[in-house]
Amino acid sequence: MIYADNAATTKMSEAAIHTMITTAQETWGNPSSLYQTGQKAKEVLEEARSRVAEAIGAEPREILFTSGGSEADNQAIRSAAELGKKRGKTHIISTAFEHHAVLHTLKKLESEGYTVTLLPVHENGLVVPEEVAAAITDETCLVTVMFANNEIGTIQPIREIGAICREKGVLFHTDAVQAIGHVPVDVVLDNIDLLSASAHKFHGPKGIGFLYARKGIRLTNLIEGGAQERGRRAGTENVPGIAAMTTALTDACKAMEANAEKLTVLRDKLIAGLSEIPHSALNGDAAKRLPSNVNFCFEGIEGESLLLLLDDRGIQASSGSACTSGSLDPSHVLLAIGRVHDVAHGSLRLSIGEDTSEDDVAYIIKSVKEVVEYLRGFSPVWRDLCAGKASFIL
Amino acid sequence: MALYSEKVMDHFRNPRNVGVIEDADGVGEVGNAKCGDIMKMYLKIDNDTITDVKFETFGCGSAIASSSMATELIKGKPVSEAMALTNKAVAEALDGLPDYKMHCSVLAEEAIRSALKDYERKKRGEDSPEED
Repeated sequence: MIYADNAATTKMSEAAIHTMITTAQETWGNPSSLYQTGQKAKEVLEEARSRVAEAIGAEPREILFTSGGSEADNQAIRSAAELGKKRGKTHIISTAFEHHAVLHTLKKLESEGYTVTLLPVHENGLVVPEEVAAAITDETCLVTVMFANNEIGTIQPIREIGAICREKGVLFHTDAVQAIGHVPVDVVLDNIDLLSASAHKFHGPKGIGFLYARKGIRLTNLIEGGAQERGRRAGTENVPGIAAMTTALTDACKAMEANAEKLTVLRDKLIAGLSEIPHSALNGDAAKRLPSNVNFCFEGIEGESLLLLLDDRGIQASSGSACTSGSLDPSHVLLAIGRVHDVAHGSLRLSIGEDTSEDDVAYIIKSVKEVVEYLRGFSPVWRDLCAGKASFIL
Repeated sequence: MALYSEKVMDHFRNPRNVGVIEDADGVGEVGNAKCGDIMKMYLKIDNDTITDVKFETFGCGSAIASSSMATELIKGKPVSEAMALTNKAVAEALDGLPDYKMHCSVLAEEAIRSALKDYERKKRGEDSPEED
């Protein structure tokens, strides 16, 4: 079995599982309790906070543990919006291909009277910093741009965008769910005010993540109750999850350079191999992308059929086709980079991992070529294209 | 739980009656690439009986399986019976489809009906839009 859907989730590392179990066994106390069992849990919690902070160049007090990336995105955006409103600023800038945790939060804010500008991400899937600068007005309270896109893997010019926001006095949030543990992230160097992350994208457990908020930025609570997390997120802390996330993050950062080097070679082999399929195209910039991400469109076929047949061959991947989303529209990310519906339905995302081998890559290329050819063999769309009744798009 | 029934997967993996009939008596195409599903049915009809049927489909697993099952259900049947084929019958023969995939069975029903209408048009001596 070849697992090539690490952008959806990753397998927990043995070390993270070990930490999770031992923490649950030995440090089961409530960190808010004053007796020793509680204080032991509190120590584990604060040690984790320090290590998570260290991994991204932050201070421990700037880290807030959440249930994952979506909660962190919601809280970051909601907080910046509330702060803006107090100063009469209700304009937010984002991009057309953000994760739905961001886009749906912005939609909600629009219904509450905020105005939202979604910047184009162009054919290469990259935001242009100058366009961010041009979009900022006196009303702007927040710019939120993802660090790396979850579907096409393009890495945004975060540092430049951050610098622009600093200069203009606008808060800058980045959804770094796909980036943390995979590419270098330093909140100080990258000029980031707010950042969201999720443990299960770097071999940690599901249901845990964190929000970085630069000190001085007052967060709005999404969950009211006790005084946990400096009063900004109520609920007894998920200590085993937090500890396991910390183990996974520390390990991921240690191995980052070596992994990135190895994965980049494999990624580029996949891109070269799949490019040999006629009337196909890579989605997103070929170089400014996550070392793990390959995303293609194949004309004349539909993505779900492709996934099912690849699954039969032991390859697990994903697609931006409508049929895999349960809606009639294909991926908003592919539409945002200008792929038309017809072509966007025939997309394939492969997100490889540290245990992907050279042999796996060769097998994936061979299998995708065969399956695409097979499906095209009885596709009326492909027949019309080949007969000249319709024009090839790719 | 699997996404699809074993029967859907069987018809998806080993679709029956795939291909083209060059001298078809009726051809029907429904759906559009924008929505992600296109089905094309080719019928050979002799003495008001469907003697052969082939299909081509651009679409998801359930679209391919629905096309395949629909061809099996009408092959060798009189035209009147094929005309009465419902999407429900296609879905039932596949041991059910997920709710949000029921439109695939609707497309199969429409594709067959469209091919039969083309056949009737040709029989009446009218030009088929297919050959325009």
